[in-house]
Amino acid sequence: MTAILAILEQRDGALRKGAPELLAAARQLADAAGATVDAIVFGAADMAGLDGLGAAGADRVLTATHADFAQYCPDGIVATVAALAGGYRAILTAATATGKDLAPRIAARIGAPCGMDVTGLALQGDAIRVTRPVYAGKAIQTVDLAGTAVIAVRPGAIAATAAGKAGAMSAVEVPAFTRRLTVREVRAPEQATVDVAEARVVVAGGRGLGDPKHFALLEELAAVFGGDAAVGASRAVVDAGWIGHGHQVGQTGKTVAPELYFAIGVSGAIQHLAGMRTAKTIVAINRDKDAPIFKVADYGIVGDLFEVMPALTEAVKKARG
Amino acid sequence: MKIAVCIRRVPDTTAKITIAGGGTAIDPAGVKFVINPYDEFAVEAAIALKEAAGAGETVTIALGDDSVQETIRTTLAMGIDRAVHLQGTGSADGLATARVLADHLRGGGYDLILFGKLAVDDYGQQVGPMVAELLELPCATAITALEVADGSATVEREIEGGTEVATCPLPAVLTCDKGLNTPRLPGLKGIMAAKKKPLEVVPVEAAAGQATIVSLALPPERPAGRIVGEGAAAVPALIEALTSEAKVL
Amino acid sequence: MAGSSEYTGVDFYDMDSLLSEEERAVRDTVRQWVTEALIPVIGPAYIEGRFPKELIAGMAELGLFGANLPEEYGCAGLNNVAYGLIMQELERGDSGIRSFASVQGALVMYPIHAFGSEEQKQYWLPRLASGEEIGCFGLTEPDFGSNPGGMITTARETADGWVLNGTKMWITNGSQATVAIVWAKTGAIDDPKSVRGFIVPTSTPGFTGKDQHGKLSLRASDTSELHLQDVHVPKDALLPHSGGMKSPLKCLTQARYGIAWGGVGAAMACYDEARRYAMNRVMFDRPIAATQLQQERLAEMLTEITKGQLLSLQLGRLKDRGTMTPQQVSLAKRNNVNMACEVAREARRLLGANGILIEYHSMRHLANLESVYTYEGTHDMHSLILGQEITGIAAY
Repeated sequence: MTAILAILEQRDGALRKGAPELLAAARQLADAAGATVDAIVFGAADMAGLDGLGAAGADRVLTATHADFAQYCPDGIVATVAALAGGYRAILTAATATGKDLAPRIAARIGAPCGMDVTGLALQGDAIRVTRPVYAGKAIQTVDLAGTAVIAVRPGAIAATAAGKAGAMSAVEVPAFTRRLTVREVRAPEQATVDVAEARVVVAGGRGLGDPKHFALLEELAAVFGGDAAVGASRAVVDAGWIGHGHQVGQTGKTVAPELYFAIGVSGAIQHLAGMRTAKTIVAINRDKDAPIFKVADYGIVGDLFEVMPALTEAVKKARG
Repeated sequence: MKIAVCIRRVPDTTAKITIAGGGTAIDPAGVKFVINPYDEFAVEAAIALKEAAGAGETVTIALGDDSVQETIRTTLAMGIDRAVHLQGTGSADGLATARVLADHLRGGGYDLILFGKLAVDDYGQQVGPMVAELLELPCATAITALEVADGSATVEREIEGGTEVATCPLPAVLTCDKGLNTPRLPGLKGIMAAKKKPLEVVPVEAAAGQATIVSLALPPERPAGRIVGEGAAAVPALIEALTSEAKVL
Repeated sequence: MAGSSEYTGVDFYDMDSLLSEEERAVRDTVRQWVTEALIPVIGPAYIEGRFPKELIAGMAELGLFGANLPEEYGCAGLNNVAYGLIMQELERGDSGIRSFASVQGALVMYPIHAFGSEEQKQYWLPRLASGEEIGCFGLTEPDFGSNPGGMITTARETADGWVLNGTKMWITNGSQATVAIVWAKTGAIDDPKSVRGFIVPTSTPGFTGKDQHGKLSLRASDTSELHLQDVHVPKDALLPHSGGMKSPLKCLTQARYGIAWGGVGAAMACYDEARRYAMNRVMFDRPIAATQLQQERLAEMLTEITKGQLLSLQLGRLKDRGTMTPQQVSLAKRNNVNMACEVAREARRLLGANGILIEYHSMRHLANLESVYTYEGTHDMHSLILGQEITGIAAY
């Protein structure tokens, strides 16, 4: 029987938030192929109690346990997945830092084609047809991947569906492997915030802020959305050293597709637009009514951001109750 | 220390993209091609490591048609010692491309093989780690910090909500992200010297592979938005639109 | 502002195809440096009336100073087209910064290379190329501008050297310089043939340089007055192969050659800014680029820039071939700087009220170009040089 394998990420005992989306993508392929969905999780200890695993919606949940899996261990994961790969039509990861690290290695190990940052996927004869943004979103490529395909699905691209049945759990064997890379630690960021690439809401700032300290205005609005929002930035302010490059949105930064994107004092250089144009809703606030950002924004306010931002933050707070 | 840097020639990030007749590739007419921006971090890392060590060799390796030699010379002008042009076309299948590179790199005696974390044309993001697999070498992708000492590398890579710190013995394959360093500009003396540095041409052939590009298309235009008003007075109208039209609050 | 990070030049006639790979690489490296290092600091420096010295190290590291002089003296050994492209790109940033590089390379390093002894070349050229020493060029005097042969600065030979006396004016880099090339008469005051060049460290007793204030042009460049009062220099301060007015004039030909390219660079910057602005600025519900008047402006600018580009390129090819004449340089300097003035003015006008702000570049270029129009042989003097070339009759 053919099946689709979804590699779920967990850290510190909790599934990463992209799991339901990834399972929805796997389910989409499985339904078309008359196949089932297996999820696989890697950990150092018994994972029966892993938060959210029961309701993840896979037909089967495979657990691979190894002492080395206390930290991310690409060599062990690749070896385990490669040993199972023969039974799968497609192997899916989320296009996260971890998923993008794994997908090409698994593909190389099993001799399969690999599609990264995939935003749409479907069966096409013997192949899996994927669509993916290229040239930083300036073009969309459609590719047929023949045979077993390894696919990294971009977060936010495929909507999670209501969780299906809780799948039965079964342990799989971890084959002998050589650990070539050792993760020593994961350092938390100075402030525990959601990554700009994972956030549901991005509040991004540009040169119009005038001074790095004014990012505080953006952080205040982001805080209203709780753990769902992150602060982003244009290349100009990252290059000027106002904020870390991890916040940069655009062609040489991160490509994001949040539900809501605020561009505050961002003029809208082509490289920036390439990184955020697939956001569902874009709001721009800029004092220059001719700024290119207004051409892509769904809603714009022309005005002084120092006047608009506090009012906006208050109003959003009220609107969200 | 012997370091290989694998680079790619790509359209300038400011280039406007138009689709060529066949509908599977961009029209290169009028487009300026440059070294892939992420590869510049790899080039800088290689040169800086050699400078710090005071000895060693840095080698640029590039797969492509003859036009890639200009891009290769950019890296020689920055300070890379010599180059190999793998003359041929890559495949739409990253694995087929990775095999060509791995075949060349195997037995080259490299302590480090560096890539950019991705190429800003096809966003494949796979050739580097695939080469690592094919050569059975340790691999870290998208690194933002690198230290090499006593035959091992310590790297940092940004993951969602944190920074991963990892170590691996050399030889290793690393792909480089923004933040790793600030690439130097090629100086004028470097540009003149680049002409005289060795550039070996090796004809290669990549297999077709298992990935086929069906089409390349421009993304749908975003529907025109609207200015809801000016200044703080426009905030209520914005909130109304976000609540009832966009339904995102 | 206005998207300068995306500046990709102006190339309507595929000039790139007329350039070699090295020439393009040189141009691209300087262009990127200007975008990343110069453009962000130039506005504030201009307003403050300050030469941004922090840029010197970066220019030296790239090898911009005396880039067409040989590698054996620590220079890049580029051809003259590549050298011209450097000037073009620097002036895309600011005429004052290009002036700094012109003085260092064409007016200080060039005379040492052309008229200096081997010892002088070995000592000074690497230090000037690396920016360790900053030079200035003392030819013009308060009462002798277009007629430098009338100078009254003197150099009298003594037992162990020379004593210099006189005043020089409108000296770019004068107050920053660690070394000056001073032109002085060694013979009778009415004998221009006795003019010779001297390498004078500015720390020599009796040498003072002070900035001229109140400039409304080239504000990011130092312009100074030099006083030499009984300045004693050793015998080996003399540039042994200099002799007569033709020596400093040869230097000016070098500098004017770079200015011919520089003018095109300033014009390209203004055109690029005007074009972007016209596309984005909406008036009467459509971009002003949709109006015939602005289109005519842009068409005119592009036409003149393209002509200027072809002119400077062919001039460079002639120089590389060794057949370039000073009169050909006069024609190019005269045309290209005048063209740049026109383009800058039209660009500023297209920008409307915004065009008077320092955030935009055109008005700064326009103000700078008035100096460039006037220095290194005024526009009118070049008309007369060409007139003499055409008719055989000197009208000055």
